[in-house]
Amino acid sequence: MSTITTPTTSKQGLQKQGRQKRPQTQRSRRRVEPIFYLFLVPSLILFTLAITVPGIMGIFFSFTNSIGIGDWDFIGLTNYIAIFSDPAILQSYLFTFGFSIVTVIAVNVIAFLLAVGLTARIRMKTALRTIFVIPMVVSGIIIAYVFNFLFSNSLPSLGAAAGIPWLESSLLANPDLAWIAIVLVTAWQAVPGALLIYIAGLVAVPGDVYEAAEIDGASKFQQLLKITLPLVAGYVVINIILGFKGFLNAYDIIVGLTNGGPGTSTRSIAMTVISGFNGGDYAYQMANATIFFVVAILISLVQLSLTRGRNAL
Amino acid sequence: MTNESMTRKSSSKVERVNWPATTVLVLCAVTVLLPLYVTVSMAFKTQGQAVDGNAFSFPAPFSLEGFVQAWTLTNFPVGAAMSLLVTAGTVLATIILAAFASYAIVRNWERRLFRYSFFYLLGAMFIPFPVVALPQIQLTGRLGLDNPFGVILLATMFQLSFSVLLFTAFLRSIPMELEESARIDGATTWQTFWKLIFPLLAPMSATVGIFAFLYAWNDFMMPSLIISDPALQTLPVRQNLFQTQFSNNYHVSFASYLMAMAPAIIAYLFTQRWVMAGVTQGAVKG
Repeated sequence: MSTITTPTTSKQGLQKQGRQKRPQTQRSRRRVEPIFYLFLVPSLILFTLAITVPGIMGIFFSFTNSIGIGDWDFIGLTNYIAIFSDPAILQSYLFTFGFSIVTVIAVNVIAFLLAVGLTARIRMKTALRTIFVIPMVVSGIIIAYVFNFLFSNSLPSLGAAAGIPWLESSLLANPDLAWIAIVLVTAWQAVPGALLIYIAGLVAVPGDVYEAAEIDGASKFQQLLKITLPLVAGYVVINIILGFKGFLNAYDIIVGLTNGGPGTSTRSIAMTVISGFNGGDYAYQMANATIFFVVAILISLVQLSLTRGRNAL
Repeated sequence: MTNESMTRKSSSKVERVNWPATTVLVLCAVTVLLPLYVTVSMAFKTQGQAVDGNAFSFPAPFSLEGFVQAWTLTNFPVGAAMSLLVTAGTVLATIILAAFASYAIVRNWERRLFRYSFFYLLGAMFIPFPVVALPQIQLTGRLGLDNPFGVILLATMFQLSFSVLLFTAFLRSIPMELEESARIDGATTWQTFWKLIFPLLAPMSATVGIFAFLYAWNDFMMPSLIISDPALQTLPVRQNLFQTQFSNNYHVSFASYLMAMAPAIIAYLFTQRWVMAGVTQGAVKG
């Protein structure tokens, strides 16, 4: 089936002729085998039903006053206007972004230092690496329950024994400090992923760079700062973005630790959105979700522009 | 100067062990293991010892009482079956759907439908679950999918983007000549896929499968929102029982946590090489 001799419609024919200029492989002139549609179409249909349709539904209902069931009316931008003056929503955004920034810094500093250690000449390298990755495979909600017990029972009794007053009551019951517990547990679980990526980066740094630096009299710390760090900069970018995107969706660990409390001091964006499920403000939370979606897209765009050109990794 | 560099070089050749670094790392490893140790030791304690306020003590005497009670309280066999169903379903569906779609996309890249489909499927990487969760809860409820099968469907679709990305990158590196020789021997596309392509994809399937496994086995958010019948809940969701009731039976709750966590940790210990390689590949490609 040649594209030049059998143009079906003029528009199609033009497009096909336009494409003809590019070097074509033999295959592209053949018909697509029907079986390839059979391979692709199930994914397309399921994906559309499971993600695209709900996404469009959500945006649609964000302009209504629906409570999830029954009748509804279009109310224009009312939900969006209300969100921007809703202190509960603003607080959840502030908390989620603040928590994500602190966690991403903590995770990357810890993971980078551990990776430097794990690629140095140390004993028990394999065993240590195995141990450090375990938190990644543990269920977030369950480990949060375990830490919940430690924070509310064990830590206060240790604090009392050591005579540290602010440790004597549970971290989780203190609206000003509960976020620290969430950062700790999230970091505990997120370090392994970043660590493995840093190890891959460090292993790729050629050893003779260090030998040259050593001959020039650079100290270990100078080598770390001036050689290692710039050479793994691409991995730092990847880790920061992947981590930040993940932390913005924080849900499981917060549910297990504080469930958003005390009060609403540690409620994440995901938790406020989900509260629309039985809170009766379905359409309102869909507007919130739509804003969150726009934020997620913006961050992904930043990611694309930062990682493009770094594909040499 | 030359003398000094000579001695440094020779000393580095002996591979002297960096003991300070080793010590620091061992201490860090203790931090990692501490919560896991507490989980195991609490699980084996008697009720009396579990509430004595010392979480770090060794169980004395060893008691299986916690496990026995946790088994019946959380209806462990049913919970484990549900977790297993959701996990196996998600892993299989993700590998097969993503491999099918990726093969079709890569082999027909010059066709617009297939090229656009690739970017369309990739789109889910930019959509966090909370954004579409509420309509998904509504839809699955209406379609009678407010059960583990609905979770399998949704989890698979969220895993699809990343998996298609890994598979297509790998498929592009497989030379066409291999396939052409199979076709000359008279193999259909269906046969070529199963006999040649799918076996070649095995390392990527392992990576994709491990990520799907970890996600499906450990996730709390999606099953807790989608599965409406508590009797059909997965293991992680069943643990909230101990937050509302039985909250002082620590030996029971920790035994239950341990039973829910152990399969993933054991699976990891046996497949750690692939888990570690998978994370690196995933980050570089994603």
